[in-house]
Amino acid sequence: MEHKEYKSINKSVRKKDSMQLLLGKPVYTDDVTPKDALVVKILRSPHANAMVESINTAAAKKVPGVVDIYTWEDVPQTRFAIAGQTFPEPSPYDRLIIDRHVRFAGDVVAIIAAETEKAALKAMKLIKVKYEILEAVLDFRTAKDNPVLVHPEDDWFPPCQVGGDPKRNLVASDDEIHGDVEGILAECDIVLERTYHTKAFNQAMMEPFTAYASFDRYGRLHVISSTQIVFHTRRILSRALGIPKSKIRVEKPRIGGGFGAKQTAVCDVYPAFVAMKTGRPAMVTYTREESQIAGSPRHEMEITVKLGATKEGKIRVMDLYTLSNTGAYGEHGPTTVGLSGHKAIPLYTGSLEAHRFHYDVVYTNRQAAGAYRGYGATQGIFAVESIVSELAEQLGMDATAIRDMNMIKEGMVMPAYYNEIASACALDRCMEHCRRMFNWEERSKVRDMGNGKVRTAGVAMGMQGSCISNVDVGSATLKLSEDGTYNLIIGAADMGTGCDTILAQMVAELMDCHVDDVAVFGADTDVSPYDSGSYASSTTYITGQAVVKACAELKKRICSIAADMLGCEGEKVEFAGSVVRRIHTDQTVSLTDIAYKSQVNNTTPAESTATHTSPVSPPPYMVGMVEIELDKRTGKVEILDYMAVVDCGIPINPNLARIQTEGGIVQGIGHTLIENVTYDRKGRPAEASFMQYKVPTRQDMGRLHVEFEHSYEPTGPFGAKSIGEIVINTPAPAIAHAIYRATGKWFRELPITPEQIAMSLID
Amino acid sequence: MEIKLKLNGKNILASVEADTVLLDFLRDKGCLSVKRGCDTSNCGLCTVLMDGKPILSCSTLAVRADGHEIHTLEGLQEEASDFVGFIADQGADQCGFCNPGLVMNTIALLRENPDPTDDEIRAYLAGNLCRCSGYDGQLRGIRNYLNSRKA
Repeated sequence: MEHKEYKSINKSVRKKDSMQLLLGKPVYTDDVTPKDALVVKILRSPHANAMVESINTAAAKKVPGVVDIYTWEDVPQTRFAIAGQTFPEPSPYDRLIIDRHVRFAGDVVAIIAAETEKAALKAMKLIKVKYEILEAVLDFRTAKDNPVLVHPEDDWFPPCQVGGDPKRNLVASDDEIHGDVEGILAECDIVLERTYHTKAFNQAMMEPFTAYASFDRYGRLHVISSTQIVFHTRRILSRALGIPKSKIRVEKPRIGGGFGAKQTAVCDVYPAFVAMKTGRPAMVTYTREESQIAGSPRHEMEITVKLGATKEGKIRVMDLYTLSNTGAYGEHGPTTVGLSGHKAIPLYTGSLEAHRFHYDVVYTNRQAAGAYRGYGATQGIFAVESIVSELAEQLGMDATAIRDMNMIKEGMVMPAYYNEIASACALDRCMEHCRRMFNWEERSKVRDMGNGKVRTAGVAMGMQGSCISNVDVGSATLKLSEDGTYNLIIGAADMGTGCDTILAQMVAELMDCHVDDVAVFGADTDVSPYDSGSYASSTTYITGQAVVKACAELKKRICSIAADMLGCEGEKVEFAGSVVRRIHTDQTVSLTDIAYKSQVNNTTPAESTATHTSPVSPPPYMVGMVEIELDKRTGKVEILDYMAVVDCGIPINPNLARIQTEGGIVQGIGHTLIENVTYDRKGRPAEASFMQYKVPTRQDMGRLHVEFEHSYEPTGPFGAKSIGEIVINTPAPAIAHAIYRATGKWFRELPITPEQIAMSLID
Repeated sequence: MEIKLKLNGKNILASVEADTVLLDFLRDKGCLSVKRGCDTSNCGLCTVLMDGKPILSCSTLAVRADGHEIHTLEGLQEEASDFVGFIADQGADQCGFCNPGLVMNTIALLRENPDPTDDEIRAYLAGNLCRCSGYDGQLRGIRNYLNSRKA
């Protein structure tokens, strides 16, 4: 591991936008767009599966202020996907802007454009729709080969072959085997097989989905959107609307949270379509209810793990089958499922001799799922970490000791992770560190508090990736200004995570300047160099390396201009921060003079654009330990302490890495204990507002304590790996483990509610 | 109907419809710090001060402001500036969408109780949801500010 002293790296500098955000300045989509836009509202289906037999908008169109109303008859007939993924997308083209066949309670039936929200809502009530109600596929366990098809249409199109077949309600399927799984299972002293169920949890970012569309001074469609994916959104709109990409510009202002929800173009197409039809600016802002019922939540999964071990606790073989529910449309279906195995099984590379990972991803008549922090790994790790804890408890072993014995260690080849090598892995040190910090030996003991309450603890490990290997592309443009400061222009999207700032820290380190001397702009398809966008834990790792490359190239160019000015060869000068010096002399030219020179009679650009991709996706690792107090009479679980140690390589900004971790842990506590997803008989989600969908408050999360174990990832910028997603993965298995220790019962479905716990304790 | 109120120190006269909620009225008046997060009084993003007391503007009709004094973050920049830098120093601003509501409620807290304990802070701000930060960074920031005042 390299130990370097940096000036700007591994430093907790403030986010560049902090004071703007904390002082409430107008920086979000709804703040920066003109107020005269048409209000776009969507009439949604009350039925889970139906055909629109007839739709009458005549009375609704007469409402004063209503500009127009669009139905399935008015939209282009090209199917598209709204998943923000690199082309050709693994997600099938299975959507129309409005489809006559509505496939979930909340699907689009009509788009209303009006001068005011009031007029739009009044019109919505006057639209008369006659539905032919069809039988719906609501239970994802019955979806595969069900006679009821979610996508019976003939123009369903998969840009990639991922094992999908709409005639079987299948979006994707695969089966991979490494080693003699059955043979080793037969030899094992102990074989456990357990099934786990996780639901379609909502990201619940504070800013709901929103987008604005108008025509710019060249008559091009200009979309301002709260999105993580400006370039993918441009491509998606181009296909959906049938207009060339040169006629579309997509930009994002500040984003009020994403967590993956905004890695799908959930709402962009509606105002864009209205702007195209009316020639007027149009804006959609989802209500919280729409964000809950027609957003892009986590894929519900049922994961069956079969695990074989020796009686000493050596885990020899794992067979993991995932059934994933993509809902009514296939966004991110074929890809999220992969992480449920590929980013869970490799945690036990230390001892595994064989593994099998197979899956089916099915359509149902539920809200379409999408990308949510953790992206399948969260579900897989809940299953794998739970069964390993169960193995430990059955063998009478300490749950941390069994992990010491079996976990992935630095330098190992990971057969379940595309044979990548764990080039930087401090998971063993994370465990040791967390055990000591948490005082595991004492606090994991079951302590009866004498008042019906029990205290004890649970543990879990986690991993993720850093980018999508061989796919994600990040770019950065760096420009020198006349006063020796820099502009950094990116296509990655800072959604609050602070990537604008950490990328500027990299520039400051490499160009030997202050972070304040780096102005950052992102993201705008007209201006930014191409970037896949901010998802898959890729921005620090991929876009960061693009920044490193851009800095190196710009230094060369600055030196070349300076050499001309100093009248010597390019290799005779050195870059020294605010000046370029002729080597072994005290002759220098300042960056200011170089920048001005670059503007006169010059052919060497004082700017550079670089692009990066990676053949590997180095996992960050983490250990989480939780102490709970469980009330056996009511089933209530109180989180007392959550401690975590994370290996994200070298953290570029330790404060921001810590906040990511704390935020992810609290989000994970939410889906473990309180965020539920249930449906009424018609298939409509009951948790349609924050009244029912309870995200954790600051009184629900106990005390957090986060520390880091550094490793040095040789392929990452300054040794960095990712941090954004891994942090949500340990709470569910750690808390479920603690609940077992308190009650003797394993809960294999999330969330684990007080009712379930209390009922399980009634004999 | 006509309403008269004092908004961020200025007397204003406005015509509003009976069903206009204060949140929409304030945004319309250019107070864009006031955010809508939920519509059901659960998230705290739309917190403003009415006669110095924190209220949820999404669940208050604009006509209820008639004859009252309303402050949004636009009108309390100086008071906020005293402490928000401490939250920034923790990186706890994150996406920022919940920040104005949080800052408004923190102002109300500190006016009411200038030296709160950590548990009092947690309880007072419990209605201000944040999905990014995990809350502890906000608490550390406020705590550091309070400590700095004692130093």
